Amino acid sequence: MGTALHKQFNHEPIAVFSKANLLENSGVCALINGVQVAVFYLPTETPPLYAIDNYDPIGGANVLSRGIVGDINGELVVASPLYKQHFSLHSGRCLEDDSVQVSVYQARLEGDAVIVMLQKAQSQKQNIVQDIA
Amino acid sequence: MKAKKIVVVGNGMVGHYYVEQLAKQNAGHDITVIGAEPRPAYDRVHLSEVFSGKNPEDLALTTREHYKDIGVHAHFGDAVARIDRKAKEVITDLGRRFAYDKLVLATGSYPFVPPVPGSDQAGCLTYRTIDDLGAIRAHARDGKVGVVIGGGLLGLECANALKSLGLETHVVEFAPGLMGVQLDNGGSVMLRQMIEELDVQVHTSKATQKIVPGNERRLRMEFADGSALETDMIVFSAGIRPYDQLAKAADITVGERGGIVIDYHCRTSDSDIFAIGECALFGGRIYGLVAPGYRMADAALSQLTDTPVPFQGADMSTKLKLLGIDVGSIGDSHGKSLHNGQPPAAFLYSNDRERVYKKIVVSADGKKLLGAVLVGDCSDYDTLLQFFLNDMELPANPEGIILPADNGATPLLAGMSLPATATICSCLNVTKGAIVAAIDGGCCSVADVKATTKASTGCGGCAALLKSTVNEELAARGAEINNYVCEHFAYSRQEMFHLIKVGSLKSFDEVLHKHGNGRGCDVCKPAVASILASLFNDYVLKKEHASLQDTNDTFLANMQKDGTYSIVPRIAGGEITAEKLIVIGEVAKKYKLYTKITGGQRIDLFGARINQLPEIWSELVAAGFETGHAYGKALRTVKSCVGSTWCRYGVQDSVSMAILIENRYKGVRSPHKLKSAVSGCTRECAEAQSKDFGVIATENGWNLYVCGNGGMKPRHADLFATDLDDATLIQYIDRFLMFYIRTADRLQRTSVWMNNLEGGLDYLREVIIEDKLGIAAELEAQMALLLDTYQCEWKTTIEDPEKLQRFRQFVNSTEEDAHVVFVQERGQPRPAKDNERAALA
Repeated sequence: MGTALHKQFNHEPIAVFSKANLLENSGVCALINGVQVAVFYLPTETPPLYAIDNYDPIGGANVLSRGIVGDINGELVVASPLYKQHFSLHSGRCLEDDSVQVSVYQARLEGDAVIVMLQKAQSQKQNIVQDIA
Repeated sequence: MKAKKIVVVGNGMVGHYYVEQLAKQNAGHDITVIGAEPRPAYDRVHLSEVFSGKNPEDLALTTREHYKDIGVHAHFGDAVARIDRKAKEVITDLGRRFAYDKLVLATGSYPFVPPVPGSDQAGCLTYRTIDDLGAIRAHARDGKVGVVIGGGLLGLECANALKSLGLETHVVEFAPGLMGVQLDNGGSVMLRQMIEELDVQVHTSKATQKIVPGNERRLRMEFADGSALETDMIVFSAGIRPYDQLAKAADITVGERGGIVIDYHCRTSDSDIFAIGECALFGGRIYGLVAPGYRMADAALSQLTDTPVPFQGADMSTKLKLLGIDVGSIGDSHGKSLHNGQPPAAFLYSNDRERVYKKIVVSADGKKLLGAVLVGDCSDYDTLLQFFLNDMELPANPEGIILPADNGATPLLAGMSLPATATICSCLNVTKGAIVAAIDGGCCSVADVKATTKASTGCGGCAALLKSTVNEELAARGAEINNYVCEHFAYSRQEMFHLIKVGSLKSFDEVLHKHGNGRGCDVCKPAVASILASLFNDYVLKKEHASLQDTNDTFLANMQKDGTYSIVPRIAGGEITAEKLIVIGEVAKKYKLYTKITGGQRIDLFGARINQLPEIWSELVAAGFETGHAYGKALRTVKSCVGSTWCRYGVQDSVSMAILIENRYKGVRSPHKLKSAVSGCTRECAEAQSKDFGVIATENGWNLYVCGNGGMKPRHADLFATDLDDATLIQYIDRFLMFYIRTADRLQRTSVWMNNLEGGLDYLREVIIEDKLGIAAELEAQMALLLDTYQCEWKTTIEDPEKLQRFRQFVNSTEEDAHVVFVQERGQPRPAKDNERAALA
């Protein structure tokens, strides 16, 4: 069992748990301040950790951590287990539908610990553009 | 054109075609069809297949429901008795009256029974309708010998039927040779030799003088030459006569030797009455094939539109399999007609050892094909027919077309060189132009083109030509024709299976490294996992396989729309004890699960959260349940009826057989899910004919059906083998399943696999029953390995704490998924809808 640890760090909630909880080439789910984050561990990739929303906005359920990981034309993706749309692990973009996007979070390995931050990893350009519009 | 009342008399193949095409015009006509037979139109061309495994229903061309759907008033089992041309109505045997503006006679024909004394006694039968088949079958049951009078196309078809009923079969022909209309003497002699080799006895130049009661057998035929033949039944198949009595009685012109006289527009002497098909006489000729009948229907139909097309006679070329022997005849097969005033020249290839006879008749200048005869090998038929129909110029040495390939023959005519007007499918009259248009319109496969143009949905003789035409057209457009698994593997599933087997590759990484590129995806990973399971049957959640599985396989349960799972314990054959029913009830109650009985005679428990799965399964396994593999591409259920144990009608113990089959194949991974059923008698309460493999009890054992399907595209299963004992039944199923697992595409059900299997059912029988490929032992050994290594995946999983780690909603919290919310309906939980969720929040 991972250590449930919610901290305020840089004003951002984080989760820290043991690397033993990770599954190679697959996903697990962490709960951070009520937000479900899917964490994927791909030991042969650089970086090896990826974190996106666990919530599948198309299927409307918390399932992305249970999808199959792979690549489509070189882009790392997870396929939703509900309706099989692909979400980029780098950008959160849905490959089948440009108007759909999930959040991407920062995740890293420190020794035997996995650290996931709720702080969004990249500026979500599309959302911002939409907000301005 | 104004909408009219149109009455069609006769619901044979041509009458049905007319009705269907007319309904398609959507012109608002009020359409009525009246059939004398008790059932809607069926495929008469393939009648004898009923004796080699098809059900009469398989021959159906339509149903009452379909007619209703397309707005046609259909009446069956009541023949039209007369036509009242003045009142413009028809009156049936039952006295019903139907008014018409236009009347279409498609009454067809009846078998000609020569006026031989004694031909009207019991045991003298005809071969024309499904009801005739019933009479033939009934007589065959207590007979040993059967005679067909008539050595033409229909007679030989009928001989095939008698032979498949296990009778000692004789063919008696008045003329000196078989199929005198279609074949020349040489072809006829070759055909006779081949038929005799099949133990069908052929008697030619025999005139039957009378039929009397026999000494040894029921009947005795006495011939003009003094010889005699004893038999249990005689089937007359000595030609057809048009049903023209209705027309005759109404003073419509008929020919001297029968047939309703029609003009180019298929109009009879009454311009409001049309005649089409075998009842019609055009240019002094009756067209006894289905394709010309369809062309007549087209011509008659066009009279109701603004663009009438005439009927100008039709090509009588034909290609068929008689008693399994390929026979083809094109144009002037006898080489008797003059071309430009010159007698034709013939080229002949005859091979007694291989039993092949081919002749082509060409014009004196060698440029045009006038006719051809093919016996024993019809592979050149399509090529020759295209030369003939399109009046194309022959190559300089036309004999090359019929010579064996290694003797420097010209290559087969490919679809590309055909003009757009070339007819590819003559049954449905589909030209190459129509096929090209369909491809331009977005069709990208043979199946698409078939669905759009209906090409090759008649006799199917043009299947090979259609395929090459479509593929060439697609290739010419630069379309890549491949069935690769995905972007990571440039192989089909079948090729991958082979590569993994031969290379003995045991993990996805190995397979990807050796034969693929990139990292894999949600298509190839489960496909490889399934192949590995079919070959080596490792535990699916073994570390190196776990990340390859779809979520259902990973969590050994079926994900539902809200992310919760459903659970289906195995209930083999649908048989369950009261104790086990109570356990399921207790578990459902304890974990607040929604319960529903499935179509496969099991119980599905819905609404389990991921973290509840191990606990629920611990209770189920403790009570003796096993996983039902409802989540896997694997055998699901074997449905059964109670069979001879309880049922008054059952002839075998279907429940025991269903349980045996289900327990045998449980856990076997396959390209797609597999369903089965066992029925205890022909009433078929278990619906075995809608399953991937179904078993129906007979008094002598079991009939095995294969490749059926319910679902989106229902397919009636094909009867594969009959009256099997238990051991043979299981042996065939072992081989069948393993052959499917080896050769099917990813996610291809057995029904689609069968539709794409070159050679179809016959080929499958050759592989499974006759072991044509010499792989039967290997298939059985592979299946034996899978059966030996079976494990209940849930039992293995709950015993392994490491594996149970996976069954958590969160790695860092024991909270539950707050998004999963249930409401009550009819006393059970179900997922909340969005508006309900908002109200609850």
